[in-house]
Amino acid sequence: MTAAVGSTHRHPTEPVLSLANAALGFGDRVLWNDLTIDVCAGEFLAVLGPNGSGKTSLLKTILGQQQLDSGTARFDGHAVRRGDRRIGYIPQQKLIPGGTPMRARDLVALGVNGHRFGLPVSRASEKRQVEELLESVGATAYADEPVGNLSGGEQQRLRVGQALAGDPRLLLCDEPLLSLDLQHQRGVSELIDRRRREHGTPVVFVTHDVNPVLGMVDRILYLAGGQFREGTPDEVLRSEVLTELYGTPVDVIRTGGRVVVVGIPDSETHHHHHSAHGEANL
Amino acid sequence: MITLGELWARMFNFENYGELLTLVHNSLIAGAILGIVGGLIGVFVMQRDMAFAVHGISELSFAGAAAALLFGVNVVAGSLAGALIAAIMIGLLGSRARDRNSIIGVLMPFGLGLGILFLALYPGRSGNKFGLLTGQIISVDDPQLVWLTGISIVVLIGLLVMWRPLSFDSLDADVAAARGVPTRFVSLAFMVLLGLIVAVSVQIIGALLVLALLVTPAAAALRLSASPLWVPVLAMVFGFTSAVGGILLALGGSLPISPYITTISFSIYLIARLVGLRTKTRAGLR
Ligand SMILES: Nc1ncnc2c1ncn2[C@@H]1O[C@H](COP(=O)(O)OP(=O)(O)O)[C@@H](O)[C@H]1O
Ligand SMILES: [Mg+2]
Repeated sequence: MTAAVGSTHRHPTEPVLSLANAALGFGDRVLWNDLTIDVCAGEFLAVLGPNGSGKTSLLKTILGQQQLDSGTARFDGHAVRRGDRRIGYIPQQKLIPGGTPMRARDLVALGVNGHRFGLPVSRASEKRQVEELLESVGATAYADEPVGNLSGGEQQRLRVGQALAGDPRLLLCDEPLLSLDLQHQRGVSELIDRRRREHGTPVVFVTHDVNPVLGMVDRILYLAGGQFREGTPDEVLRSEVLTELYGTPVDVIRTGGRVVVVGIPDSETHHHHHSAHGEANL
Repeated sequence: MITLGELWARMFNFENYGELLTLVHNSLIAGAILGIVGGLIGVFVMQRDMAFAVHGISELSFAGAAAALLFGVNVVAGSLAGALIAAIMIGLLGSRARDRNSIIGVLMPFGLGLGILFLALYPGRSGNKFGLLTGQIISVDDPQLVWLTGISIVVLIGLLVMWRPLSFDSLDADVAAARGVPTRFVSLAFMVLLGLIVAVSVQIIGALLVLALLVTPAAAALRLSASPLWVPVLAMVFGFTSAVGGILLALGGSLPISPYITTISFSIYLIARLVGLRTKTRAGLR
């Protein structure tokens, strides 16, 4: 398996992930329709859009947990299926409660052998693998801490380590930076990006705020109001494009290498504003 | 009025202790295994936030046992049937916590009401009747004790075999499903194991007090440690101590065993809380 690295152009090789004419809706509501998109090795695709626009549903489709209404979703040349261990999945950051009987290393170990039935005894090779994963996400120092005592950022690093177990061919991330401070946002997104650069593993990265990953993104898929726009950040993050997509005037302001979107007709405005504010404080 | 001396004599009496001990030999074994398995499954009951489900299942198990008593069939079988029906229904209908709690809230009074109806219709001795609610191990006969022990061992093996996928599913069902854990099967299988062990507990400690063996020991263990090894080990030790200690203390007196078991299990929990407060280092027992 060879893979070109860190490119911004399309690959001549077979795409790792391929959606064709995909459509999904619930009740009368269409989330997206006629969605065709290929993700090739080494690509970083950011999926943006307001709450409820179907970003998580898109990931569930790729994970084989959600059936399409029409169209196809293929991973590595085959129809997607549930529980495919060649896909690494990093969920939305939600704090693991204190008192969970698990140490940092146990969380990572679940990625290695958490799917296996049988007496819960780890093999030496698996222990070594866990050790390597802990090191690769910089978690060795707190490997033996109970996970419930760790900060959101530390927990999220462990989830990256868990997702990297078993050498995934594709990484799916569902708002992995949510409610992390800026330093941890950078740390976690850099871990994900490093995997992409060093192994060519393509990344589908759902996020509210594109700024923490702006320097890594090759392409953007912007979902809103049952429609979508797809292209490079320069093609999609423009006032005309988003105004047309939202059907209401939206301003995209670029300041100091950051993108701020103003005028989105729901609570998202607040979020963008908030994170812009946070960055300004740096 | 009862004097203190009489009270003591009713609660604790160690005359002819050796003879009594041989009589309850089988109950002790059943209690010991239930204590161990109850402590172990409690670790998952806590992680999956299912204490209320345990209570709901035990009320339906009580209804099943009461029906069996009324119709003269095997009480353990009735207890099992009630518990399994409740557990599987909760498992199928209540995958989300909110749905689950409302289903349990609906099922529980229904089960308890049915059980009370069957008991009221039952013409037999009243000791048997109350036993289902408050524990009756001494009156369970030997063949039944063999069944109770066997079921507990099945649950123990099931838990050990499912340990990793079940831990993964309890921590984060979405990620577990994405990484190849058959989460629907695992959750349902867990409910079946839970139903089985609840049915056994109803026979031994009574429907109203099942939580003392299926929740309290694990809750105490979680106060002392966050280690994936020590929490289950401590929970099993605490469950064992409560069950066996309770049976031994109750032996000579003329009272049911349940209050002894619940008191020991509660005391362990209190001590664990205090010790947990004192050793508030970040990790406690690792
Ligand atoms: N299984 C489902 N049944 C019914 N509606 C659903 C289901 N899954 C998602 N939805 C709805 O689809 C919409 C999109 O959800 P989601 O993909 O989670 O959005 P996002 O992740 O972009 O916030 C929401 O309105 C949600 O309520
Ligand atoms: Mg979402």
